[in-house]
Amino acid sequence: MRKKNTSKKIILHSEKDFPVMPMSLGSMLFNKTGAWRNIKPVIDLDDCIQCGICWKFCPDVAIFIEKEFPVIDYDYCKGCGICAENCPAKCIKMVEEEK
Amino acid sequence: MRKVIMGNHALSYGAKLGRAQVIAAYPITPQTQVVELLSEMCADGTLDAKFIKVESEHSAMAASIGASLAGARTFTATSAQGLALMHELLHWASGARLPVVMGEINRAMAPGWSIWSDQNDSLSQRDTGWIQFYCSSNQEVLDTVLQAFKVSESLLIPSMVVLDAFTLSHTYEVVDVPEQKDVDKFLPPFKPQIRLTPDDPHAFGGLTSPDYYFEFRYKLQKEMEKAADLIEKTGREYEKLFGRYLGLMEEHHCDDAELILITSGTMGSTARVAVDELRKEGIKAGNLRIKVFRPFPFDAIRNILGRARKIAVIDRNISYGHHGIFFQEVKSALYGQNGNLPLFGFIAGLGGRDITPSDFKKIAHYALEKDNPEEEIVWTGVRQ
Repeated sequence: MRKKNTSKKIILHSEKDFPVMPMSLGSMLFNKTGAWRNIKPVIDLDDCIQCGICWKFCPDVAIFIEKEFPVIDYDYCKGCGICAENCPAKCIKMVEEEK
Repeated sequence: MRKVIMGNHALSYGAKLGRAQVIAAYPITPQTQVVELLSEMCADGTLDAKFIKVESEHSAMAASIGASLAGARTFTATSAQGLALMHELLHWASGARLPVVMGEINRAMAPGWSIWSDQNDSLSQRDTGWIQFYCSSNQEVLDTVLQAFKVSESLLIPSMVVLDAFTLSHTYEVVDVPEQKDVDKFLPPFKPQIRLTPDDPHAFGGLTSPDYYFEFRYKLQKEMEKAADLIEKTGREYEKLFGRYLGLMEEHHCDDAELILITSGTMGSTARVAVDELRKEGIKAGNLRIKVFRPFPFDAIRNILGRARKIAVIDRNISYGHHGIFFQEVKSALYGQNGNLPLFGFIAGLGGRDITPSDFKKIAHYALEKDNPEEEIVWTGVRQ
């Protein structure tokens, strides 16, 4: 998995701490949107044909290619299912998230 | 070098000497020759800038916002309906604190279609958070573009350099076009601290919760409040280099005036002639031409008008159901000052109808004869 930077949550106490314009201040490093997920994609790498379509289609950039195979970053995958829908080898299954 | 150029081209030369790096514009009516000349300059290499042709003014401002966020000095121009189409993105440019400079030719809003002078287009954008300069000569137009880049980039607030349609935009005047090396001394390159770059990635303008939104607006207003002083300071710097002061307003015989005519844009130069003629008749009239409309120069106006006995504001615009817009602003600036100073509000010249020195003299006589205005609005030149 890609190495992630770590960052503490940024809290702005005074208007003087604010940036000049509304902009992200690294908030996605601690705002793990994977928690929104109800179903999650699971890849069966035995059937994977390494086409890279899941990596290309992921709207959250939560799939990475490592050692020529896709790996899902569950910190940010929202479980939309686009990868499973588009996988030509049908090797991605959407499974219920255990909560 | 002295050149005979039209007001539109004074904007173009201003953008060129300001070394604009990106120019995004819609090239069809209500566009004017401003970007026509700039596109030629980009094509023949006189100006090292990227010219982006877009399909609407909305896209012109969107492209300007992107270019400015990437750290480029950005210029565009429009008029009337085109400015109205930009409206949404005018808020975006100021809210994102991007120092875009725009030439705005004051054309009357349709219907009916018009290419003549009227200020309702730019004054409709009053609350978008842009600095607005109203010019009265082609020289002032060119000089103000350079000043606008400097002020905008220092405060990170966009500016509109506004000029009257036809009476300036298509009128040729002698303009002293400064040397590039002198302009470079006045206006250093734009180097924003925050910009869109892969080296330091951020998302800009995303969802901003009530926890944070308020402070961004507070900061915009606080910077806007600094603009009046900064305009005077940069105006003096400009004067040192080029001999022409660029201030918040222009006074003509206001010191001992019994009646001050308040004007803006090219009306100001006509009113100056009328004031001189009135003085020959023994009438102590003066003219105050307001150049900077946003931020509204409260202090400077109170300082001058504190000495006046009567004031007549002449508006080439109207807020329907209220007054002329400069009249409202002057009235609010004077609230609580100088007792009950009689204020007369005149509407004249809508849709580019000529306002002549004799119109100003009639206005002056009307205001001098009456103790107080008899009507909320006095219409000048309506066919009865």
